[in-house]
Amino acid sequence: MSDLASKVLKGDPRSVARLISFAENNSSELADEMRVIHKHSGKAYVVGVTGVMGSGKSTLIFELARAYRKQGKKVGIIAIDPTSPFSGGALLGDRVRMTDLTMDDGVFIRSMGTRGMLGGLASAVYDAVEILDASGKDVVIIETVGVGQAEVDVVKIADTTLVVLVPGLGDSIQTIKAGIMEIADVFVVNKADRSGVEQVTAELESLIDISCIGKNRKIPIIKTTAKENKGINDLVDEIEKHKNYLKKTKVFESQRRKRYEAELVEIIRKRLMNFIFDESTFKEKVESMIDQISKKELDPYTAADEILGGILK
Amino acid sequence: MERKIRVLVAKPGLDGHDRGAKIVARALRDAGMEVIYTGLHQTAEMIVETAVQEDVDVIGLSLLSGAHMTLFRDVTKLLKEKGMSEVLVVGGGIIPEEDVPALKKAGVAGCFGPGTPCEEIVEFIKKNVKR
Repeated sequence: MSDLASKVLKGDPRSVARLISFAENNSSELADEMRVIHKHSGKAYVVGVTGVMGSGKSTLIFELARAYRKQGKKVGIIAIDPTSPFSGGALLGDRVRMTDLTMDDGVFIRSMGTRGMLGGLASAVYDAVEILDASGKDVVIIETVGVGQAEVDVVKIADTTLVVLVPGLGDSIQTIKAGIMEIADVFVVNKADRSGVEQVTAELESLIDISCIGKNRKIPIIKTTAKENKGINDLVDEIEKHKNYLKKTKVFESQRRKRYEAELVEIIRKRLMNFIFDESTFKEKVESMIDQISKKELDPYTAADEILGGILK
Repeated sequence: MERKIRVLVAKPGLDGHDRGAKIVARALRDAGMEVIYTGLHQTAEMIVETAVQEDVDVIGLSLLSGAHMTLFRDVTKLLKEKGMSEVLVVGGGIIPEEDVPALKKAGVAGCFGPGTPCEEIVEFIKKNVKR
C-alpha cells in the first residue's frame, strides 16, 4: 500500500492535507492514492451547508462541529470560497469564524477555492470528502460558497443538505423560485434574533406545504441564532432524524450512488478538459480553431466535432 | 494544471491592527495565490496547526505589538520541530531594522515594513517559495 494513503488511514493530519492538495492540483500521484482511499471510505455522514453570502454559514458550522464534538464524534470541515475568475487567486476566510476549533485534534478544517467550478463547490471536494472520511472522521461538513439561486451541486454530495436563510431577504416570490429552495432537507432560519423571522418562517411553511404534497417527509424549519449557540441542538436532532429517514427508506443508498455518479462524471470532465486544453500538442490546434471561429472561417460546432472526433475514435 | 501558491496570512499576538494583513492578503489574491486568512489573536501553535491542515507553501505573519522576536521565532521553531521547514515564512508590521538579522537567522526569510510596495512581497514569495 502506498505510504501516503496508509498514513491518511491512520488519521495523520499532514498526510490528509497533502493528499487533499494532490486532489486540488490534479496531481499525477492522486489516482493511485485514491484507489486505496475509496475502499476505506463511505462511513462518514456528509452534511452540506449552503445559503446566501452573510447568512452565517461559517458560524453555524462552527457551532454544529462543537455539538458533534460533545457527542465524541470526529469532524471534518471543507469550507469553500470563490476563486477570482480574473486573477485565479482566492481569499479563503471561513476559518476566521472557526478559530476555536483549530487546536482540537478531533477536527480538521480545510479551505478551498472554487477554481473555476460554478455550482457552489470546488472540483476537489469529492476527493476531499473521501479522504476525510477514510481518515476516520464521523461527520464531514461542507460549506458551499455564498450562493445565489442556482448553485445546487452540494446536493449531489451531501447526505443531508441544509439551506440557510436569514430574515429580510425578500418577498414570498423568492421562496417559490426554482433552484436552491428545492434542495433543502432542512431549512435553517439563522439570525433568528432579528426582526422579520416570523415572516420568513411563514413563507417557508407555505412553500413546504405545497412542495411536500404527496411526499412522506415534511421538510423541517429550524430557527437558530448561531452566534449565541441557540437552536443548534434542535438542528443536530433534525439532521439525525433525516439520517434515520434516509436509512429506513433506503434513499440513503440511492443518494450515495448519485454521489459516486457525480464524482465519476467530474473525474472524466476534468481529464477531458485537461487533455484538450492543457496538453501541449492539442492546445495549439484548439487555439488556432478559436482564432478561426472568431474570424468566421469556422463555426464552433464543426470545431467541437473535430476536437472530440480526435479523442473518441 | 498550474499549481497555486497557498499562503496563510496570520496575526499572532494581541494587537488588533489587521488592516495591513488584509491589504497584503488581497494583493496576494490578486497575484493569483490562494490566501487563507485566520483573523486576530492566533498563537504560534494555532498558526502551525492551520498551516498543516491547509498544506500551505507560505506563512505571512503580521504583528505590530513589538512581540515579533518571540512570536515569529515560536512559529519557525514549531515548524522545524514538525519537519515543516520547507514552508516559507515572511513577516510584516513594525519590525525594527536591527531585529531583522536575528529573525532571518531564526528562519523568517523576509521582513516587510510599512511602505513596502505589495509587488515586492509578491515577487519575493514567487521567487523564494520552495515547492
